[in-house]
Amino acid sequence: MALLDIKDLVVSAEDKEILHGVSLSVGEGETHVIMGPNGAGKSTLGMAVVGSPEYEKTSGSVLIDGEDVTDESADKIAKKGVFISFQNPVEVPGVTMSSFIKSAMEQITGERIRLWDFKKKLTAAMEALDMDPSYAERDLNVGFSGGEKKKAEILQLLMLRPRLAILDETDSGLDVDAVRTVSAGIDLYRREVGGALLIITHSTRILDNLDVDKVHVIVDGKNACDGGRELVDDINANGFERFIKAGA
Amino acid sequence: MAEREKTQVADIDRTVYDMKNEDKDAYRFEGGLTREIVEKLSREKDDPEWMHDFRLRSLDLYNEIPVPDWGPDISGLNMDEIVTYVRPNAKMSANWDDVPAEIKNTFEKLGIPQAEINSLAGVGAQYDSELVYHNVRKEAEEQGVIYTDFESAVKGEYGDMVREHFMKLIPPEMHKFAALHGAVWSGGSFVYVPKGVKVSYPLQSYFRLNAPGAGQFEHTLIIVDEGADLHFIEGCSAPKYNVANLHAGAVEIYVKKGARCRYSTIENWSKNMYNLNTKVARVEEDGVIEWVSGSFGSHISYLYPTSDLVGERARSEFTSIAFANTDQELDTGCKVAHRAPNTHSYTNTRSISKGGGINNFRSSVYVAPEAKGSKCAVSCTSLMLDSESRSDTIPAMDIRTADCDVGHEAKIGRISDETVFYLMSRGLSEEEAKALIVSGFADTVSKELPLEYAVEMNNLIRLEMIGAIG
Repeated sequence: MALLDIKDLVVSAEDKEILHGVSLSVGEGETHVIMGPNGAGKSTLGMAVVGSPEYEKTSGSVLIDGEDVTDESADKIAKKGVFISFQNPVEVPGVTMSSFIKSAMEQITGERIRLWDFKKKLTAAMEALDMDPSYAERDLNVGFSGGEKKKAEILQLLMLRPRLAILDETDSGLDVDAVRTVSAGIDLYRREVGGALLIITHSTRILDNLDVDKVHVIVDGKNACDGGRELVDDINANGFERFIKAGA
Repeated sequence: MAEREKTQVADIDRTVYDMKNEDKDAYRFEGGLTREIVEKLSREKDDPEWMHDFRLRSLDLYNEIPVPDWGPDISGLNMDEIVTYVRPNAKMSANWDDVPAEIKNTFEKLGIPQAEINSLAGVGAQYDSELVYHNVRKEAEEQGVIYTDFESAVKGEYGDMVREHFMKLIPPEMHKFAALHGAVWSGGSFVYVPKGVKVSYPLQSYFRLNAPGAGQFEHTLIIVDEGADLHFIEGCSAPKYNVANLHAGAVEIYVKKGARCRYSTIENWSKNMYNLNTKVARVEEDGVIEWVSGSFGSHISYLYPTSDLVGERARSEFTSIAFANTDQELDTGCKVAHRAPNTHSYTNTRSISKGGGINNFRSSVYVAPEAKGSKCAVSCTSLMLDSESRSDTIPAMDIRTADCDVGHEAKIGRISDETVFYLMSRGLSEEEAKALIVSGFADTVSKELPLEYAVEMNNLIRLEMIGAIG
């Protein structure tokens, strides 16, 4: 049984249909990549899977461990071990990053964490991501640069240890050094947690050091092509043109 | 889970209203506030003559001054039965079993120890809290600080000092409830900090305030002498329960030259309460008054701490938060009078409205012609959690000199769906997410409070948001 099963999913936002039937299946520990031109519906797919109320699933289904979670709320899906890193993380004034991560961990595990243990883990993870330790006590994402926000997302990924991480354009807008750090964080997640990855991207820099199991090309809200790692190289060389033509 | 918690809160509310009706029945035969009642109270207190006369003069004023007609509706207060409020049935508050379930549950949820619970609920002065109070007093005494209950102060060796300052900042002419207070005040604290003494720990009032029958019309008089420093904390997060549902306390603070006083309070009244409280600070040259205020509970509140900046370079800082839930109207704010050159005031208020609750923020700023070079900044931010709640801002400014810098800023917002979703995607339930956002919004106040009070305030917010803690 697959960890995540998306079956013929149709999704609308503000009464406009964006996904017209997308299917894919991610097994435990696998790394999948979703590629496609801008506006193809890649991010919509990620947001719809984790239960964003902005996106309405009009037909099809999402299953986790074979269980239908199509209509579940975002917190229930998170508790089943699915994490999404946001393209634009939200600023939460008055709530420190450290206290937020701690309460999220406690919500997900249902157990209290001793402050000492938590601090130790947090410090180690922040070090791995080359983050200034003072950020732990800063308000979540408030006044963070674009790069710091993305690192804060990966930090949450490392701390929450989900079984599946959906990374939504995590590398966009980052300079080379930041991409390297974020990639190192993702690598750490793969090694330490052994979780599955579903990487939404339109570039390929972030994939350089990852073993990719499957690539799904989405064009115009539909699966245009599914394949292996070789698709990444193909797209790097030729772009999305042939998929767009095929779809039209 | 969430469903059960909601039901629980609804049940509790009913208990409170049932209690209120019973009280009314018990006192129906008694009339308005008479000279005889005030005389009797004065005799029981063994007032000195000046205080006796003061009470009677206040009573006359009380009978003359009309009920305020400019704020939230207080017609639910039956002024003809005002004696009900003055003479609560002591027997009822003396029995823990009679304290409404809402209050008891809140005590338990806040994790307040039993001894303190008994004391807070007015059941009686418990050994533990008495001990704490005496210890605080002893330490303060060693520094030369006077900290005593108000009755003793009136009669004791500081009687003249009390007489010189009592209800000079809040004269009974000020408004009807100030007059009422002058006539029937009972209980409270007197604090005097001598010149140059810096009190190293906060003095807390609730060990005194919650003595039986003392929480209704308590009078707090604080004098911080030249160059001295005091942090005074009034109340605590536990709801103060009174059988009678009117609270008209008075707080007068004198900040002398170069002194500083921080006055922190979290008021959390039971939700049948009319809280008509008056607080005024008079600040001399280079003095500083810092108000930190959290208003929770009550049915109706009128609360506008006032800073009278009479000396050059006197400063006022005001930080507050008000949380209005269902069936609550909180009319809160502050007043600042700049009466000397180069005085500064900074006001930062936040309000939260939920479930049809109403928050009015009322500010009044006066800058006298001689207050040249003064600066005044007022900022208020409101958060509305649903479309049935309300939030209004009512600023008043009277600026008599061009040589000053006055600013007013008001913001009204709602919790963004995007933020709620972001937090939910990390495993927090919708209610948890909203509670966290609201706690964050209240952070400007909670970070000004001592840690244990900040924790309690966050717990209070969680109680209002979710109906449970943790």
